[in-house]
Amino acid sequence: MRLELQKRAGASTLFSILSPFIALVLTLVAGAIMFVILGKPPFASLYSYFIEPLFLKFDMGPIFSDFSFEGIVPNGWSLEQILVKATPLALIAVGLAVCFRSGNWNIGAEGQYLIGGMFGAMIPVLFNDWNSPLTLPLVLIMGMLGGALYGFIPAILKSRFGTNEILTSLMLVYVAQQLVDWIVRGPWRDPKGMGFPGTKSFNESAVLPSLWQHADAHYGAVIAVVAAIAVWFMLAKTSKGFEITVLGQSPRAGRFAGFSAKNMTVFAFLFSGAMAGLAGISEVSGSVEKLDDKLSLGYGFTAIIVAFLGRLNPLGIVAAALVLALSYIGGEAAQISLGVSDRAARVFQGLLLFFVLACDTLIHYRVRLVAAVEAVA
Amino acid sequence: MAATQQFDEPVKTVPLLEARGITKIFDTLKANDNVDFAIQKGEIHALLGENGAGKSTLVKILFGSLQANEGGVLWDSAPVTVRSPSEARELGIGMVFQHFSLFEALTVAENIALSFNAATPLENISTRTRDLSTQYGLPLDPDAVVGDLSVGERQRVEIIRCLMQDPRLIILDEPTSVLTPQEADTLFETLFRLRDEGRSVLYISHRLEEVQRLCSAATIMRHGQVVDACDPREETAGSLASKMVGAEIDEVVHRESAATDKVVLQLNNLNMPSTHPFAVALQNVNLQVNAGEVVGIAGIAGNGQGELFGAISGEDVAANADAVVIDGHVVGNLGISERRKIGGAFVPEERLGHGAVPALTLSDNMYLARHASDSDDFQSGGSLKVIAKNAIKSATKRVVEAMDVRKSAENPPAAALSGGNLQKFVVGRELDRKPVFLLVNQPTWGVDAGAATHIRQALIDLAASGSAVLMISQDLDEIFEVADRIAVMADGRLSQPEPTANMTRERVGLLMAGSSDNVDASGEAA
Repeated sequence: MRLELQKRAGASTLFSILSPFIALVLTLVAGAIMFVILGKPPFASLYSYFIEPLFLKFDMGPIFSDFSFEGIVPNGWSLEQILVKATPLALIAVGLAVCFRSGNWNIGAEGQYLIGGMFGAMIPVLFNDWNSPLTLPLVLIMGMLGGALYGFIPAILKSRFGTNEILTSLMLVYVAQQLVDWIVRGPWRDPKGMGFPGTKSFNESAVLPSLWQHADAHYGAVIAVVAAIAVWFMLAKTSKGFEITVLGQSPRAGRFAGFSAKNMTVFAFLFSGAMAGLAGISEVSGSVEKLDDKLSLGYGFTAIIVAFLGRLNPLGIVAAALVLALSYIGGEAAQISLGVSDRAARVFQGLLLFFVLACDTLIHYRVRLVAAVEAVA
Repeated sequence: MAATQQFDEPVKTVPLLEARGITKIFDTLKANDNVDFAIQKGEIHALLGENGAGKSTLVKILFGSLQANEGGVLWDSAPVTVRSPSEARELGIGMVFQHFSLFEALTVAENIALSFNAATPLENISTRTRDLSTQYGLPLDPDAVVGDLSVGERQRVEIIRCLMQDPRLIILDEPTSVLTPQEADTLFETLFRLRDEGRSVLYISHRLEEVQRLCSAATIMRHGQVVDACDPREETAGSLASKMVGAEIDEVVHRESAATDKVVLQLNNLNMPSTHPFAVALQNVNLQVNAGEVVGIAGIAGNGQGELFGAISGEDVAANADAVVIDGHVVGNLGISERRKIGGAFVPEERLGHGAVPALTLSDNMYLARHASDSDDFQSGGSLKVIAKNAIKSATKRVVEAMDVRKSAENPPAAALSGGNLQKFVVGRELDRKPVFLLVNQPTWGVDAGAATHIRQALIDLAASGSAVLMISQDLDEIFEVADRIAVMADGRLSQPEPTANMTRERVGLLMAGSSDNVDASGEAA
């Protein structure tokens, strides 16, 4: 007896739309089971994971040390944190959507994000005194350039030598992590930083401004939304978007149309690399205001989930980024209120990706038990 | 065939298989509507019908890949339910599909072994393969790698794999569509042998002459219903065809060759190294096609036709630019989009996945082939290249009407169309541009008789209007019907085209087999 996937005659439109929501519900159910196994009350745990962060002040400062459920009014500060986390996720995932739709599997966005942050930091670190209206745009462009160049490596390896881009792009993440780690401890370390790894703080003109006074949320969020809309337009309305779709679905038909799969590989990696690089430098310049050793938070990997949960549609991705950002915040909150390891957040993310892919598969295929008499019809 | 004569009239006893009242409904479409039919023991039974007539559905039900909504099957007069192909095989039903499912990198014996359980030693399979291949006159080396085999030999692998199960009923779907006349003859001998052993054969084909030669009974389907059952030997090809389509088919009207002196396509010593282990290298191909004529290229599948298509269309770029000249433009080093812009039009062999993206709509597939040549109409917004959906939709509508493409929705995905209708669309998409030069590979592969006539007529009309048409086809009837001159491709070389009137089937057959006379590399390039 074995399982067999059989293509359905037609995929249900209704379920195609519902798929991400079904996946979310299934993730919650599986999460509840996980909490039961861990010996925690499932509903209260889920509440503190996904609902509480919306309302809760979890600033560790003495003024906000109250974890009761009293504040039913959404807390501006938590929502803002979600925005902060969602920004890099959305930026990276929008780039990945282009890449995945074209049939190229860039798993190394985390590396491109790091190198983007590093390249972007080059000007403020090496020319710390340069104050000009041009500084910030140049910093952002450098970030995109760094990410794109780093994405170019697996692209050229694939298009020239036929290597598997999943492996090369993934392995380059670890190279990038070591490289950034070394540069913030070695050549770029702030001499006045009391030995902590990290560069000098950027000067004012190299910092991505906050959305409002004293906010953590920065203009990266605006860039992300604008980028999502622009990429949506490209995918839905332009010849380039058509080329991406065709090459992703049928490389041979793409060749017949006069599109080059090799050029597309390079384009897709340059584009997704640049978006990841932009996310990296936005994080460095907008949130941390310097390059340190804590830049790698796994956004590049989580963004893969965001891209699929958003159905590889840039507008869907903006929504999905908010959901996944919530799981980061919830993870931090649950660590404090439930005493669950923050790894649980990773488990949630993994479950979510699993269920999203499973739902999509089951919409297009039915499962059959072969050699069993009672075949599942 | 003298020895087989006595079996021509099967003993009318209990039928081997009898289908009663089979009905299969897909959504709103009745693919099979109360179908009754019976196959006698020791009979070659034809199942005839246009594309979409319901033949495949019926066969899939018999073979267990589909379940009927109503009706049942009697096997040896006992009611049976066939839930899956493996149950069908256990009953004694074997099937050879039109599209082979073989792994090119494995040997014949390894491919056959894949359909048995892992416990069967490869040695036994090799031995049985050898035995069966001598027994049924299907020469085949069990240790040969499938990738090196011709299409005819690959079909033998499928047939032997099927015979291994010792089936009592063998279903063959369009078995000769890929074979040379000589290979087809070999296949027929095998089928006669199987019949003489008392096995039954269900033979699905569009080729009426073959059916008349082989079959002693025929069931004809149209629109999901059985419209007639007859003895094809007592019919003419014309009467069978009109039963299939429900009306007399228009004969293709050929005119005197309208060839002019204007050279539209010229190939000068075109050489293409093979790009992968199973590809054929093109060697010194010389050819010229003039405005107003159809040149047909015959040949057995896998002798470089696909590679020639790629080289002329520009999917593959030649090393020297002047190897390909279209309408006076030297284009050997230019891609397919550039070749389209100067009036080239191309229809590849495979509709789904090459000529069209299955999941994309017809209008998207219109854009697929014409985004470069029709950029003025189909794009706006300058370098943004915004797709002008309305212009594309109206062009799509024009093609659908001109070619009588039948579809279920306003703008369905390509995969939702039947083979014949999609082919009409893919050909019509190019004709609509009024191209200077049209290259088409297998224009009517797996297409029903009505659509095939329509497409062939369209090719002739295009040439008559002053375009040059180059048609690659494995269907000799088609070549002789449509082409003004015929060339033959064998092992990556092309013979010089000769006027159709001077060609005979025997001569084409010899050239196909690679007979060296006239398959020279000299070729005039005047």
